[in-house]
Amino acid sequence: MTAIIIFTIASLTVLGLVLALILYFTAQKFKVVEDPRIDDVETILPGANCGGCGFTGCRAFAEGCVKAETMDGLFCPVGGNDVMKKVAEYLGRSVEEKVPQVAVVRCNGNCDSRPKSNNYDGYTSCAVMASLYAGDTDCRYGCLGQGDCELSCDFDAIKMNPRTGLPEVDEEKCTACGACVKACPKMIIELRNKGPKGKRIFVSCINKDKGGVARKACAVACIGCTKCQKVCAYDAITISSNLAYIDYNKCKLCRKCVVECPTNAIWEVNFPVRVPKKAVAEVEQQ
Amino acid sequence: MKKLIVSPAPHLHGKESTKSLMRDVIIALAPSLLVSVYYFGFSAVKLALVGVATAVAVEYVIQKYIVKSKITVNDYSAALTGLLLSLNLPPNSPWWIMFIGSVVAIGIAKMTFGGVGQNLFNPALVGRVFLLVSFPVIMTDYSIPTSWFREGIDAGSGATALSIVKEGLARGLTMDQIFDANNFSYSQMLFSKIGGSVGEVSALALILGFIYLLIRRVIRPHIPVAIIGTVLVFSGVFWLINPESYADPLFNVLTGGILIGSIFMATDYVTSPMSKKGMVLYGIGIGVITMLIRYWGAYPEGISFAILIMNATVPLINMYMKPAKFGKEVKHG
Amino acid sequence: MSKTFSIGGIHPHDNKISINAAIENFPVMERAYISMSQHLGAPAEPVVAKGDKVKTGQLIAKANGFISANVHSSVSGTVNSIEMLPDLSGNLVQHIVINVEGDEWEESIDRSSEINRKIVHSPKEIIDKIAECGIVGLGGAAFPTHIKLSPPPGKKADYLLVNGAECEPYLTSDYRIMLENTEEILIGVKLMMLALGVKKSYIGIEENKPKAIKRMKEIASKGYPEIKIVSLKKRYPQGGEKQLIDAIVGRQVPSMGLPIDVGVVVQNVGTALAVYEAVQKNKPLFEGVVTVTGKCMPEQRNFRMRVGTTFESMIFAVGGFPKDAEKLVSGGPMMGKAVSRIEAASVKSTSALLLLTLEETKRGEEANCIRCAKCVDACPMGLEPYLLNRLSRANRVEDLEANMVHDCIECGSCLYVCPSDIPLLDTIRLSKAKVLKIIRSRPKK
Repeated sequence: MTAIIIFTIASLTVLGLVLALILYFTAQKFKVVEDPRIDDVETILPGANCGGCGFTGCRAFAEGCVKAETMDGLFCPVGGNDVMKKVAEYLGRSVEEKVPQVAVVRCNGNCDSRPKSNNYDGYTSCAVMASLYAGDTDCRYGCLGQGDCELSCDFDAIKMNPRTGLPEVDEEKCTACGACVKACPKMIIELRNKGPKGKRIFVSCINKDKGGVARKACAVACIGCTKCQKVCAYDAITISSNLAYIDYNKCKLCRKCVVECPTNAIWEVNFPVRVPKKAVAEVEQQ
Repeated sequence: MKKLIVSPAPHLHGKESTKSLMRDVIIALAPSLLVSVYYFGFSAVKLALVGVATAVAVEYVIQKYIVKSKITVNDYSAALTGLLLSLNLPPNSPWWIMFIGSVVAIGIAKMTFGGVGQNLFNPALVGRVFLLVSFPVIMTDYSIPTSWFREGIDAGSGATALSIVKEGLARGLTMDQIFDANNFSYSQMLFSKIGGSVGEVSALALILGFIYLLIRRVIRPHIPVAIIGTVLVFSGVFWLINPESYADPLFNVLTGGILIGSIFMATDYVTSPMSKKGMVLYGIGIGVITMLIRYWGAYPEGISFAILIMNATVPLINMYMKPAKFGKEVKHG
Repeated sequence: MSKTFSIGGIHPHDNKISINAAIENFPVMERAYISMSQHLGAPAEPVVAKGDKVKTGQLIAKANGFISANVHSSVSGTVNSIEMLPDLSGNLVQHIVINVEGDEWEESIDRSSEINRKIVHSPKEIIDKIAECGIVGLGGAAFPTHIKLSPPPGKKADYLLVNGAECEPYLTSDYRIMLENTEEILIGVKLMMLALGVKKSYIGIEENKPKAIKRMKEIASKGYPEIKIVSLKKRYPQGGEKQLIDAIVGRQVPSMGLPIDVGVVVQNVGTALAVYEAVQKNKPLFEGVVTVTGKCMPEQRNFRMRVGTTFESMIFAVGGFPKDAEKLVSGGPMMGKAVSRIEAASVKSTSALLLLTLEETKRGEEANCIRCAKCVDACPMGLEPYLLNRLSRANRVEDLEANMVHDCIECGSCLYVCPSDIPLLDTIRLSKAKVLKIIRSRPKK
């Protein structure tokens, strides 16, 4: 009995040692020489493998950082400035700070303001729907509501709101990786500067139809009336093909355009609540 | 104006559904079930009821309370598994065997993989093999219970024809001696077999079900034909070499669950290959493994194991046995 | 013995309920909406301006680029506007809107019903005439016919196949013209044979149209011995270009290839009729036969209808919108497009307006794949739709290409047979487009 136990232990030990040696020598023989810094940079990176940087994953990005001469054009949207600073520090380079961005959904035509004109009965996918036809409302530009953006998000930051039929971005979670921007076949989602304390103003519509057509399809469409452009003191608003666009670099967040917009297509986010427009008018009248 | 429906083409859809397909298989099993009720009476009814009820209940409970997914018990697939398993047990099995078998079949072989369509192995067979290795005595006791309709069947045998043959050969008897001693005859095998599981009493009833499935286009003939063909050829070769110690091909096909296995078990959609080429290969594999087990293995039957082994190769078969593509062989410039 | 293709196929109920409705002329509407994109390729360029008077059959838009086709006015009257209007899918397309005043045809069009059997044109003249009259393939894809009849250098056609299969359920427009315009079709086929320089031609007709086969055979035997009528099994998609070639001459078009690669050109019977009218009667393509049908419709009709008729007016011409109609399909139920805007207008290749009820058309709720392999059996291209669907959802583009997703002909057989109602074709169509884009972007060898 004891002999068997001793024999078993001895033979397994020897076998283990022999195999370990084989593994060791093969590992030595086939060792791939790689810049050790790539490993180190990779450990600094968040490891989300989202591809938001334009590389296939975090390791590829680390490799790119190490191989590149400068840090220009290299940015990890998930890690943001902190991580990029660390990477640059490690590699002994300097990095320019980037303004944090966030995904913004530029359609606010919910079920009430943009009624459905037909019923879609196919695979739940914006891409499939967009390749089939213009959409289930009269607006050819608006959100199709099948949730491709939600599926594309690795961070659980964009969710379809079943009540409005529109996606909503959780700006705490959003890393501005741009996956949803690519996923949206209607190109509704845009990456915009997050703004001071998250305050930002944008046109929540991309309808390029003439005012009447746009308005008929959706009550909250931008009708290209140019009122916002006229009221803007900073030249931040441009109008092309019946659609206003606010340049987030020029916008000073004065909110005049928001008040001016007759269809409420311009949205303000993270501003303190103010007295509704109607109430202001009433106060003025008195 | 009415809101029109808009969807990608095609705008028409076939009438078949998972439900209708499963229902057809259950209908195809009806003749066998009826014959078994005729021969085994309440015992067969009891097994079928316990099997179906347990299978459906287990699936429902798991979907409702454990995985909290959509409940799919009304697609008849669980009921079919329960029924198939009941037809694959010895007629005298106690009800609790059936219960355990159904729990294993649905709970382990089906639901752990993700429910209908996801399982790698045929659930009914997993249940049967589980019972076979766990309760070998009960599962090989093929004595016949008393029936309502029929008495005086040779209740003494208690073993399947194949195990009688296997034992006989081991004792040094020749095939003729075994046949004579046990009164085997082909007409008996076709209409009322000498011991065997509930569902395979009558080969004719099974073939009737097979024809129904073919007419309704529920299954393709490839798998059963390949299995039966392989068994015929394989056993035929040995029989021609030495008819003394190898049973003839027809005996091999009509006994030991080849028919019920090839028609109803091996053709299970989920666990069989997708292309016709693959189906044929899969069938040949089952035939060969069955015969290997029969001639040189410990078990007298063996098709259950053969099907389960081939189930494991299905993903591989699907990967390499692709259907013939249009335009691959260009017949002209 | 009827011929058929070698792989896959399905047998949907053919529902040819409008088969006995003779062709009638559809009343000319008050206003015509003529699309500039009635064909595959670049939209045509309008040559008229707002306020211009036009006659029926007058050229109003010229082909723009190599793959494009002329467009002619289908009515006489005044150009009301040239504007972007939604097509049946709601996408904006340039339209010429014409207010109808009377029905004055171009003088050059021979409006007599007499059959003109005398062929006086050379092959080159025939092709020019076809191009001038804006003929496009009426089998569905609307590919400009004159291009199809001019094979690229180095490629030669041996056969002209004419598709009279009409394998789509419900459709009967091809059947009606085969019965009512038999000889015109045969002359059209002969003209195309001359243009291509081929000696032999086959017209394939599915065997569920015995009258058409009989009548075609009768007339062909009387003076068109070079045209053979072939009876085909009733099986979808018998009329698919690749399937038809396989069925009739036994040649298989290679992957990514064209029929001309196996020495075949395929045209539709409707196209043959249009070619006859263009070459022998000088009549441009501005009207065609449209089946207006559906089980929910009180009556089934086949109309000869001007291009630019709105779907709305078609429905009202047959007694208004049936209560239980839930879906409008332009074309056949297997490959046609669902109409999302009834104010959109018909185009040259519109062959039917089909009204379906909820029960007929509603997709079931998607369930788990039970791996029944019915889609594999049904696929006429030998693909594995269940696998392509899975790969598509995982966006595995390389595997999709290895599994030949680009060979899919979008016939819809897989989705039709699927017992679990999995939207196979929806996902496959999308990944097919993706893979094709990648393949086409590669440098050519």
